[in-house]
Amino acid sequence: MKKVLVSAVAAALVAGPAAADLVFPDLSYRTGPYAANGIPFSDGYQDYMTLLNERDGGIGGEMIKVIECETGYNTEKGVECYEATKGEGALLYQPLSTGITYQLIPKATADGIPVHSMGYGRTSAKNGEVFHNIFNYPANYWDGASHAITQILNENEGDIADLKIALVYHNSAYGKEPIRTLEELSKKHGYELSLLPVDSPGQEQKSQWLQIRRERPDYVIMWGWGVMNQVAIQEAVNIRYPMDHFIGIWWSGSENDVLPAGEAADGYKALTFHNLGSDYPVYDDLKKYVVDAGKAAGAGDQLGTALYSRGMYAAMLATEAARTAQDMFDTKALTPAQMRDGMENLEMTEAKMAALGLPNFGPEFKVTCSNHGGDGLGAVAQWDAKAREWSLITDYFPADEEVLNPLITADSMAFAEENNITPGCM
Amino acid sequence: MLYREAGDFKTSYEEDSQTFPIRFDRLAYHGALVVAFAIVPFFINDYWANAVALPFLIYAIAAIGLNILVGFCGQVSLGTGGFMAVGAYATYKLMTAFPEVNIFFHVLIAGGITALVGMLFGLPSLRIKGFYLAVATLAAQFFLVWLFNRVPWFYNHSASGQISAPERTVIGVPVTGPHTEAWATYLFCLVFLAGSALIARNLTRGATGRKWMAIRDMDIAAEIIGVNPLRAKLSAFAVSSFFIGIAGALFFSVYLGAVEVGEAFGINKSFLVLFMVIIGGLGRIFGSLAGAAFLVLLPVLLKNTLVGTLGWPTDLAAHLEIMIVGALIVIFLVAEPHGLAQLWRITKEKLRLWPFPH
Repeated sequence: MKKVLVSAVAAALVAGPAAADLVFPDLSYRTGPYAANGIPFSDGYQDYMTLLNERDGGIGGEMIKVIECETGYNTEKGVECYEATKGEGALLYQPLSTGITYQLIPKATADGIPVHSMGYGRTSAKNGEVFHNIFNYPANYWDGASHAITQILNENEGDIADLKIALVYHNSAYGKEPIRTLEELSKKHGYELSLLPVDSPGQEQKSQWLQIRRERPDYVIMWGWGVMNQVAIQEAVNIRYPMDHFIGIWWSGSENDVLPAGEAADGYKALTFHNLGSDYPVYDDLKKYVVDAGKAAGAGDQLGTALYSRGMYAAMLATEAARTAQDMFDTKALTPAQMRDGMENLEMTEAKMAALGLPNFGPEFKVTCSNHGGDGLGAVAQWDAKAREWSLITDYFPADEEVLNPLITADSMAFAEENNITPGCM
Repeated sequence: MLYREAGDFKTSYEEDSQTFPIRFDRLAYHGALVVAFAIVPFFINDYWANAVALPFLIYAIAAIGLNILVGFCGQVSLGTGGFMAVGAYATYKLMTAFPEVNIFFHVLIAGGITALVGMLFGLPSLRIKGFYLAVATLAAQFFLVWLFNRVPWFYNHSASGQISAPERTVIGVPVTGPHTEAWATYLFCLVFLAGSALIARNLTRGATGRKWMAIRDMDIAAEIIGVNPLRAKLSAFAVSSFFIGIAGALFFSVYLGAVEVGEAFGINKSFLVLFMVIIGGLGRIFGSLAGAAFLVLLPVLLKNTLVGTLGWPTDLAAHLEIMIVGALIVIFLVAEPHGLAQLWRITKEKLRLWPFPH
C-alpha cells in the first residue's frame, strides 16, 4: 500500500513531457487580489495563440502549445511554475509580475531562455549588452514615469516648477521602479515630489488619501496593480480629487479598475503603449475562430478590454519574434536560443501589424542588440464613464531619453559588475 | 511483527535514554539519513529541488525554530516572518560586505544576529503572555518588514528595494546564484536541517528543554522550583530565532535568490509556519518535519494532480486547492488535535501490539 502511494505521489508530482511544439508557458494569475487584472491579460494571450493555431495552423506550420501555470502573483509559486515548465521546451517567459521577473532574470539567463517583460520588470534590462536574455520592449517603467511628467508639462504650458506631484505606489519592486526617474526629473523640472507607499495588496489606503486630501498635490501619479487600483480610484472619488489630474501607469488603466467607482471615475487618465478598444479586424477573427468555436480561455467575456488587448499584444509580439526566428534560421521548430535571436531582430512595422489585423495598434519599433527596450513611446488614454471606454487623447510621444539613458547605463552596469558580466553583443 | 521491543535490551543509561530506543525506529532513522544524504542527491533535478525539496527543508528548519518557542516554551509568536527577514537581510549584508567568507558561516552568523533580535523582541514575554504576547510579536513582524522596506542601507540602496544573492561557493561548488546544481543546493540545506534537528532534539530533552517545558506547563510553579523565567524565556527566544534566522537566510540566498521583504516575509509567512507547527504537533521535533511536509507538498501534489493529470483549468484548481488544504487542516485538527506527530505515535503504539491487541 505504502509503495503504491509513494509511486502515485511521485507520478503526480512530475508533469509528463510534451511533444515538440512551440511551447509558450503562460504564468498567469486567476486567483487572489490581482486576479481582476491577471485574467483578461491571460485570456488575451491565450486566445491569440489559439487563433493562430485554428486559423493558420500555428506559426509557419508549427503548432503552438500554451502551458498555463497559476502563480497567484506570488514569487514562490512563480519559481515553481518556471521549474515545472522549463523542461517542456519553453521558448519564452512572460510572467506579468515584476517580482517574478526579478526572480527569473538570473535563472533564465543561466538556462538560456528569453524573458519578455513587456512594460514591466527590470527597466535597465533595456541594455541588451548586459541583459542578453531579457527584453522589455516596447516601453518600460522609466519611460512611463517620463510620459506622465511630459503629459503634466503639456497640460501646464511647460512650467511645472511650483507644482506638487504625489506618487501613490504599490510598496514592492514594481511600485518603487519609477521613484528614481521621478526624482531625477524633479531636479530637471523643479516640481516637488511626495511618495506614498501602499502595502500589498492595497485594500487599505485611507491614510494615504487622507494625506493627499491634506496636502492637495496638483497631480497624483499611480503605480498600482490588482485590487489596489480600484481602491485608489474609489478613494480619490471619495475625497473629490479632480480625476483629470490623476494619472495611472498602464497597469492602472483597465476597465476593471475604473468601473467600480462608476460615473465619478470619469476623466481618469492612464498611460498606454498600444491602442485600445476592439475596433480591429483581428477581433472578427477572434470571434469567429476562437470565441464562437468555444475555444476561448477563461470565461471568454473579456474581449476588447484594455488588458485583454495588452495580453493579445504580448502574444502577437512573441509569435512575431518566433516567426522572425524561423526565417532567420530557416527552421520550423525553435530552440530557446533561436527564439532569443528572433526577439533581438524583431522589427514591428505598420505594414506587419496591418497584415495581422491590428492596423495602427502599436508604435513601430526595432529591437537591436544594444536596445532591448524599443523606442519607449507612450500615449495617454482617458476614461469616459458614460460610454464606458478608454480613448487615446494624445499621439505616441517619446520619453525623456536624456534623463533616462544615464540611469539605465548606471543601473545595468551595476548589475554587470555584481554578476561578472562583460557587456557586449553575443 | 516489524515493530518489536522484545530482545532489544538496554545495558547502559545512554542506551536507555537515546532518541530512538526501539531498534526498528533507529534503523529507519539511519536509513532515512542514508537515503537523504547519499541517494537523493544523485537523482534530484531542478524541478524537484526548487519546487519540493528546498521549500520543505527550509520550512522544516523554520518550523523547528518556532516549535521550540511555541511548542516547548509555550510562548506564542507571530513574528516568524519578520525574524526570517532578519536572517535574509543579515546574510545579504554579510554576503555583499565580506564576499571572501564562506557562505556557510554567513548563514550561521545571520542566525546569530536573528537570535539577538529575537531576544530583544522576546523581552515583553517576561511581563505578558498568551494572546497579549502574540500581539507584541505581531508588532515585531510589522516593524521588521517596515524597517527593511524603509531603510535603504539594508538593501544596499538598490532601485527596486529587492535584494538578490550573488554567487557564493562551498568548496568550489556554487550554492547561491543562478549557476547552482540541484544537488548542491539540496545538500547545503539538508546539512542545516539535519544539524538543526539534532541540536533542537538534544536541547529539548536536556536541562534547557525541561526548563522550557516547566515554564510552558506552569510558569509560577516553575519559578518556585528554581527555574529562572528570564533565562528560560529569553533562551527559548534566542534558540528559536536562531533557527528561524537560518531558515530565512537559506530561503533568500539558496531558494529564491531574490526577495522583496513585504511579499516574501509578510504576515502570511508567520501564519504558514505557525500552522505547520500546529498541524505537525506542538512540542515534537518530528511534528515540525511532518507539518512542513504537509503544507509544502500537499499544494504541489494537488496542483499537479488537478492541472497536470486531470487537465482542469488552473483557476479552478487553485481555488479547490485552497479549499482542500483548508478542509484537511480542520479535519486533522478535529480528528487529532495534537497533530501529525501524535497520529504517528498512535500508529506506532498499534504496531507494537499488532497482531495481538488486547
